[in-house]
Amino acid sequence: MQRIGVFVCHCGSNIAATVDVNKVVEVIKAEPGVVHAEDYQYMCSEAGQEKIAGAIKEHGLTGIVVCSCSPRMHEGTFRKCAEKAGINPYMVEIANIREQCSWIHKDIEEATKKAVILARAAVAKVNLNTPLKPGESRVTKRALVIGGGIAGIQTALDIADAGYEVDIVEKTPSIGGRMSQLDKTFPTLDCSACILTPKMVDASAHEKINIYTYSEVEKVSGFVGDFTVDIRKKARYVDMTKCTGCGVCQEKCPSKKGLSEFNRGLNKRSAIYTPFAQAIPNVPVIDTDQCIKMKTGKCGLCEKVCQAGAIDYTQKDEIISEKYGAIVVATGFDIIKLDQYDEYAYSQSKDVITSLELERIMNAAGPTKGHLERLSDGKSPKNIVFIQCVGSRCSDNRGKSYCSKICCMYTAKHAMLIRDKYPDVNVTVFYIDVRTPGKNFDEFYRRAVEEYGVNYIKGQVGKVAPQPDGQLMVHGVDLIDNKQIKMEADMVVLAAAIEPESSVRKLATMLTASIDTNNFLTEAHPKLRPVESPTAGVFLSGVSQGPKDIPETVAQAGAAAIKVVGLLAKDKLLTNPCTAHSDELLCNGCSTCANVCPYGAISYEDKQVNDHGIRETRRVAVVNTALCQGCGACTVACPSGAMDLQGFSNRQIIAEVDAICR
Amino acid sequence: MPINGNEEFRPKIVAFCCNWCSYAGADLAGSSRLAYPADVKIIRVPCSCRVNPMFILRAFEKGADGVIMCGCHPGDCHYSTGNYYARRRMTLLFSMLDYIGVEQGRTRVEWVSAAEGVKFSATMNEFVEKIRSLGKNVRLEDLRCRN
Amino acid sequence: METSFKSAELIREISGVNPYKCMKCGKCSASCPSYNEMDIKPHQFVSYVLNEDIESLVNSKSLWKCLSCFACVERCPRDVKPGKLIDAARQVVVRQKDQDYLSPNEIPELLDPDMPQQLLVSAFRKYRR
Repeated sequence: MQRIGVFVCHCGSNIAATVDVNKVVEVIKAEPGVVHAEDYQYMCSEAGQEKIAGAIKEHGLTGIVVCSCSPRMHEGTFRKCAEKAGINPYMVEIANIREQCSWIHKDIEEATKKAVILARAAVAKVNLNTPLKPGESRVTKRALVIGGGIAGIQTALDIADAGYEVDIVEKTPSIGGRMSQLDKTFPTLDCSACILTPKMVDASAHEKINIYTYSEVEKVSGFVGDFTVDIRKKARYVDMTKCTGCGVCQEKCPSKKGLSEFNRGLNKRSAIYTPFAQAIPNVPVIDTDQCIKMKTGKCGLCEKVCQAGAIDYTQKDEIISEKYGAIVVATGFDIIKLDQYDEYAYSQSKDVITSLELERIMNAAGPTKGHLERLSDGKSPKNIVFIQCVGSRCSDNRGKSYCSKICCMYTAKHAMLIRDKYPDVNVTVFYIDVRTPGKNFDEFYRRAVEEYGVNYIKGQVGKVAPQPDGQLMVHGVDLIDNKQIKMEADMVVLAAAIEPESSVRKLATMLTASIDTNNFLTEAHPKLRPVESPTAGVFLSGVSQGPKDIPETVAQAGAAAIKVVGLLAKDKLLTNPCTAHSDELLCNGCSTCANVCPYGAISYEDKQVNDHGIRETRRVAVVNTALCQGCGACTVACPSGAMDLQGFSNRQIIAEVDAICR
Repeated sequence: MPINGNEEFRPKIVAFCCNWCSYAGADLAGSSRLAYPADVKIIRVPCSCRVNPMFILRAFEKGADGVIMCGCHPGDCHYSTGNYYARRRMTLLFSMLDYIGVEQGRTRVEWVSAAEGVKFSATMNEFVEKIRSLGKNVRLEDLRCRN
Repeated sequence: METSFKSAELIREISGVNPYKCMKCGKCSASCPSYNEMDIKPHQFVSYVLNEDIESLVNSKSLWKCLSCFACVERCPRDVKPGKLIDAARQVVVRQKDQDYLSPNEIPELLDPDMPQQLLVSAFRKYRR
């Protein structure tokens, strides 16, 4: 029989206001095995933990039940406390009477009753707990960063600077990401490329960083400290070791019909291309859909002009398999598709553009060489209208429910840059709210209004109607003046909502990392563990976790890096001791369990068993506890009931069921 | 729903929640203060595939009026495939239970992610409502267990 | 107080709209073709319902100037649908007259000859696809 101590936490008034803690203590004392019960204001505090430790010594406790918040919150705290006081940490169970009781019920009597039942279930479980000892697993001292934008680059640099090897996998032909497409950055208006390209060069030159561009993660297996990742290196058709990056092939390529991905499809590029001039690596790829040689077999001009002999039309995709201790997801974002927003005429007029397209138009390397002009007729616009929150903050099924966070600031930046370079252009911004929290952010927005004369109007635009003469009629409203506004514009810029990169869902499934309904990766705790995924060994960096601007992304990248370094610095990890084990007397060696195990942790051995005096050799299942993750699939599949899961054994769960239904 | 005209029927409901998605979803429902009836008591299991049909039968035997099992959405299982096994097992079990007289409404499988506190609370409200309308479960119950 | 709450509740019930979802963006007013004819503007409908001032709403010119073109319903990013609110207010007036619908004789005096007839516009809306 266990000697169990029950500790009921008030959690200030969080629990005590709805649950009569004294009554819980009183009732639970009568449970079998309970030798001690007490309550305290904050069990997780040092004083609370001392109470537990004291009671363990005083009453010779062998099991602990803490009635408090969710085990996801403080199970670890109380286990450590028990271990310090000399009992096995796995003899601790938590009854969740905050999240699953006091916070959702109002009636004190009802909540108290439920709290007692939850405590009873925990007591019933602890009665059957056995001391468990975690195993150890090794740590591969190498990290993988998925995504080569500013988030990925910064994370990789920080990890590499701490002395660990990092691989970056980037699916486009060059690292750089969205930031490389930006012209200027807020709130300082410094040029994006000027601050990004040095970082790209640093990353590629760093001896600890290895970059796989034009590559994608194909398969992930393993677990924290020991992931195995298959990476598909897509065929570039250019030998990276031979290419000198002279660019002659791109000049001579006769197929110039492909749309430039880097310039958001606003202009054309050759079939053999690097996305942009500062690309890293500066090695082109061949777009097989556009290449004449690939399509018809005739041409081969690039091969002829390449003095380095780097062109290789026979290259194939290659899959490499690497081992990593930690994985960082930094897959970034794209802007939403606007085909649902017919009223803004995005698909009807070339002069209705997204902010990211304006970014390319304003950029000296962009499709218009940095001249602000209409894409339809090349004329300089005189009136530009910006529309905010297109697809953000929507609760209908067209848009996203969240605020995209960066649009208010980049629109102020665009407006300012345009007014600065072209003082005769009128800039009007239709906004719902201007949201500028951030260092020097509101000052920046006010400068746009006060110094640059940008006309901010509170009110959403209802419709943009292209006129026969090519002008755009903007139907808006001024809610402060209570006036409807109809104004002509030469150009309309839409602040389209951002959304996570489309490939992230597939990736999250491979990593078994949680993802929310908007496809943003979920963090382990929204406040206290913002850069870790609930899946151990997987970390989050940049917009893949939620909308954020460059300073925040860089900060988060650094935070993710230090978490990775903290993991890689360990030589060994303690593994979850809640693993399956097979009772060799019951096992009949049928292989059913091995078939359902997702980790291949079960193998079979011929073992000498002594079954009630009969000695014989039997084929029995053996669980490799280093591989077993403790899901329990095998325990249910086992027809003879030989398989059981430590920490969640059949008897324990049944005891809980019994206690609840009593 | 009054039984015998005076006492309100309070069903006993057991909810099995997987540690990674649904238990976290229940926690989120709690921290967002999304109420659901106190009749629901949650048992934490590592994965929905840990739920042995035996546990559900045991619950009914001991007088439970409804059993709900929550796991990660298909494809999002922390252990990659656990919820697929659970889905198959439960489909079989529930049709068998239905055959022996435990109505389909008393058993349910729901996929709730860690971000779906709202869904968790709504599901529990709905389920309790359903059980209340079905009334007390008398099939399978071991009358010796009744106190 | 009591009656004003009840009539606001009625509007919510008929329209099926949750006015608390409004984020005051004004897209409804920007989209409204009869904005200039209205005394209470589309984006204000919501606050009249929230403030339980249904009396002003049913006595407003807007009630009969709204074309029921439902541009605001289509474009509202928050699913608030001010057009449905005004539609509901109109229903309330019609029902107070102890009948289910407007009689054709009443329509001409309510309509502005310069504006398209509601029925016509409603027909456009219903049968446009």
